[in-house]
Amino acid sequence: MLPDERTTPSGEHPVRVEEDLLAARHAVRAAAVAAGFSIVDQTKIVTAASELVRNAYIHGGGGTMTVESVRDAAGRHGLRLRVRDEGPGIADVEQAMTDGFSTGAGLGHGLGGTRRLVDDFDLDTAPGRGTTVTVVRWKP
Amino acid sequence: MNAGLPILRLGDILLSGLMSDLDDKTALAFTDELTTRIADEGIRGVIIDISRLEIVDSFVARVLMQLAGTGRLLGTRMIVAGMRPAVALTLTELGLQLTGVRTALNAEQAMELLGWRRPAEAAEEAPHAS
Repeated sequence: MLPDERTTPSGEHPVRVEEDLLAARHAVRAAAVAAGFSIVDQTKIVTAASELVRNAYIHGGGGTMTVESVRDAAGRHGLRLRVRDEGPGIADVEQAMTDGFSTGAGLGHGLGGTRRLVDDFDLDTAPGRGTTVTVVRWKP
Repeated sequence: MNAGLPILRLGDILLSGLMSDLDDKTALAFTDELTTRIADEGIRGVIIDISRLEIVDSFVARVLMQLAGTGRLLGTRMIVAGMRPAVALTLTELGLQLTGVRTALNAEQAMELLGWRRPAEAAEEAPHAS
């Protein structure tokens, strides 16, 4: 079988149906274990991933998640998750980051809470343009 | 609808546990089944062991909080037992304190909270194999 160059080692995961939420979590867990994160860090990363893919599924009408192993200039290893959706986007980002705010089925801790579970957090969204959340957890 | 999760009855206590790959449908079906049984069987206490859960996200947290709230309205004490330390640390950072949910270190301590006592003297008197 020929190697598929479009597929990165960690790959892109669909977030289309409910079963994908579980599959995405498993993929992130496997990547976090492979990267050598502690149990606590694994738990934080997988929980962050769970929040993000659920947001994409519920608010964004589905999307994709990519998991990548990354390294910064100082040589630190990290795990980067990028969750994209083509949903309505977020009009009021500040409000969406506030604990207790939710327009869907969660507790409203999706974004504000998730940000505390990771080291880097980037939110790229605009009304009608979908939402992309990129997070990185670095190994201590 | 049946969630397919075992729910054991010990007197007027129900003992159950959540599995690591809890999906949304199962969680909701479990809530329905447990609530029905609490009412139908006059259940006084419910223990939900979550020691198998590798993560508790805001969805599962909400399920547990709703279960505890519903149980309380029905006059039942619900105790969530066996949360993994990593899960507890993560939930705290996520800002979810499981408000209104009674917790115990493990299922045995949850049983004690519900009034079950280990027969200590019986254990002491038990014959020891030599």
